[in-house]
Amino acid sequence: MNQNVSLRLSEVRKSFGSTSIINGVSLDIFEGERHAIIGPNGAGKSTLFNLISGRYGLSAGRIELKGQDITNLDPQNINRSGLSRSFQITNIFPKMSVYENIRCATLWSLGYRYSLFRRISTIRSVRERADEIIELIGLGDRGEKLAGELTYAEQRALEIGITIASGSDVILLDEPTAGMSRAETNAAVELISKVTTQKTLLMVEHDMGVVFDLADRISVLVYGEIIATGSPSEIRSNQLVKDAYLGTQEGVH
Amino acid sequence: MARVFSKKRIIFWALVALSFVLLPMVFDGGFSLSMLSQMGIAIIFVLSYNMLLGQTGLLSFGHAVYFGLGAFVTAHIVNFIDQGAFWFPITFVPIVGGITGLLFALVLGFVTTRRAGTPFAMISLGIAEMVAASALMFTTFFGGEGGIVTNRTAGGVVAGISYGPQIQVFYLIAGWCLISMMGMYAITRTPLGRLANAVRDNPERVKFIGYNPVRVRWLMMTLSGFFAGVAGALATVNYEIITAEALGLMASGNVVLMAFIGGINHFWGPIIGAVLVTLLQSALSTYTQAWLLYFGLFFLIIILYSPGGIANILAVHAPVIKARLFKSLASSYLIIFLASAPLIVGTIAVIEILYRGGAILGMSALVSWSSSLVLIVVGLVVFRFAQRRVKSVWASLDLELRKRGFV
Repeated sequence: MNQNVSLRLSEVRKSFGSTSIINGVSLDIFEGERHAIIGPNGAGKSTLFNLISGRYGLSAGRIELKGQDITNLDPQNINRSGLSRSFQITNIFPKMSVYENIRCATLWSLGYRYSLFRRISTIRSVRERADEIIELIGLGDRGEKLAGELTYAEQRALEIGITIASGSDVILLDEPTAGMSRAETNAAVELISKVTTQKTLLMVEHDMGVVFDLADRISVLVYGEIIATGSPSEIRSNQLVKDAYLGTQEGVH
Repeated sequence: MARVFSKKRIIFWALVALSFVLLPMVFDGGFSLSMLSQMGIAIIFVLSYNMLLGQTGLLSFGHAVYFGLGAFVTAHIVNFIDQGAFWFPITFVPIVGGITGLLFALVLGFVTTRRAGTPFAMISLGIAEMVAASALMFTTFFGGEGGIVTNRTAGGVVAGISYGPQIQVFYLIAGWCLISMMGMYAITRTPLGRLANAVRDNPERVKFIGYNPVRVRWLMMTLSGFFAGVAGALATVNYEIITAEALGLMASGNVVLMAFIGGINHFWGPIIGAVLVTLLQSALSTYTQAWLLYFGLFFLIIILYSPGGIANILAVHAPVIKARLFKSLASSYLIIFLASAPLIVGTIAVIEILYRGGAILGMSALVSWSSSLVLIVVGLVVFRFAQRRVKSVWASLDLELRKRGFV
């Protein structure tokens, strides 16, 4: 069983001052699964993502990525170990071209570190990967545009593009469809399932339609604790979940 | 080289080199030659500064530190050569200055680049102040108020070059200017150069694509220190004297102004700034002692009306000219130009009356006061009118350009 675990959280805790946000989360994410974390506002979903990706340090507990301890590593070191994340609030490089955004995100994984003695446009592997990603996210004809000038939905697609460009096999997406129209959401779901084939996906999502469409398993986070983990149908029928979350605060699509 | 520069670039650089060769033949007076030399030094210095500001997003108020330290170490090396302690060709002393700048930037940058934004700006200011204060304390190295005097002919005559005549010094500066420009341009094309842009735009995100933004800033700072040091060394050779002023806050502020006037968002922008500011400083100062005031006004106007500097003014007009639509702007620009004339003349009159301490009261004063004020008011009214016109023309131009796909 241990072999199949991509990401393992053991008794993870986080408090800011005396306020405790994450109260001992233990969770195994299996290799190749699409796992969604849902929960009411303020449950600590984004905080959990920030702990996993190294943005915040843990107060207690341990996180393993593919068997390797990544607890309290810097974000860049966690990324180099093969975990990549997107952000709820679009987090791109606005004054660079779309193509350059993607290209920069491919560099480390292809072995070009702080390289000073190569002309970037002559590196074939980088160009090929960037071309492939930009086509994949449907921004092929937007390459020369400044990222900051894209429409919101396009920026969300670019956000996902930057996240997958390094080829990490564990992907964290933080509310990838936040603020999107129904049509845009459908396009985003399609994009996400396309770019995460053969990968492990952990996502935070508010839109229950998206969650039940995409997720193989769902975990419900309430007040910093996971109260249930299971398949979509198990979660739908779970009484605890209904009480704490689905039935009361938000409707199920 | 073919890997670093494409064919088109090589032709371009050859043309730049050719213009450097021809410039002193066109402007061949002693005054223009020393001004051209000064411009070459300023170009290297301001481009090195823009590696930080424009490319990495680091607003430094202490960049003259690396220029000045490079210059002082070079001055001592040249003096050792002069005394016969060892021999080293003067042609290559800019490397000494460069390595000095690089080493100091490596050490000081380790501290300053941990932060970006306002904290970085403040730390850079603190370090500049610290180094400037040390310059006055350690007089054996910095020469106190008199500075360090050198002799640029210390290397003797090598291949017919003694660096006695200014023309030889100009070509030395021009050569290093070309190499530095090519080097700094090439850096923008490397993975590190692109990551510097990413760090400028969004340092937080850079961490999540596997890079340490502090490391990127530090490396860029170190490289920038190298080129600042090269410029400093050339200043030593050019002036044969270097004083603590070279690394002071005035000098650091000056390079900020040059970069902003030229335009920090384009690689070539700061060059325009360096040329223009050098020109203003040397030309204007021969006409009036109030030149700093004019310089300040000029800077103010640029920042107010074109925050992207002169390069941005040129850049926004490029598509208009390409689309052959410039005609529609020409008439409004002519009005602005005509309106500026009385405005400028009136302003100059007021400044000069005040500055030269001429008659402030009395009949003749009344005439000069009232006539210059009339000029200013008339200029302002026409200017406002023309400004509105330009705005509306631009709005329709913008639509047209978008429709035709030029923007």
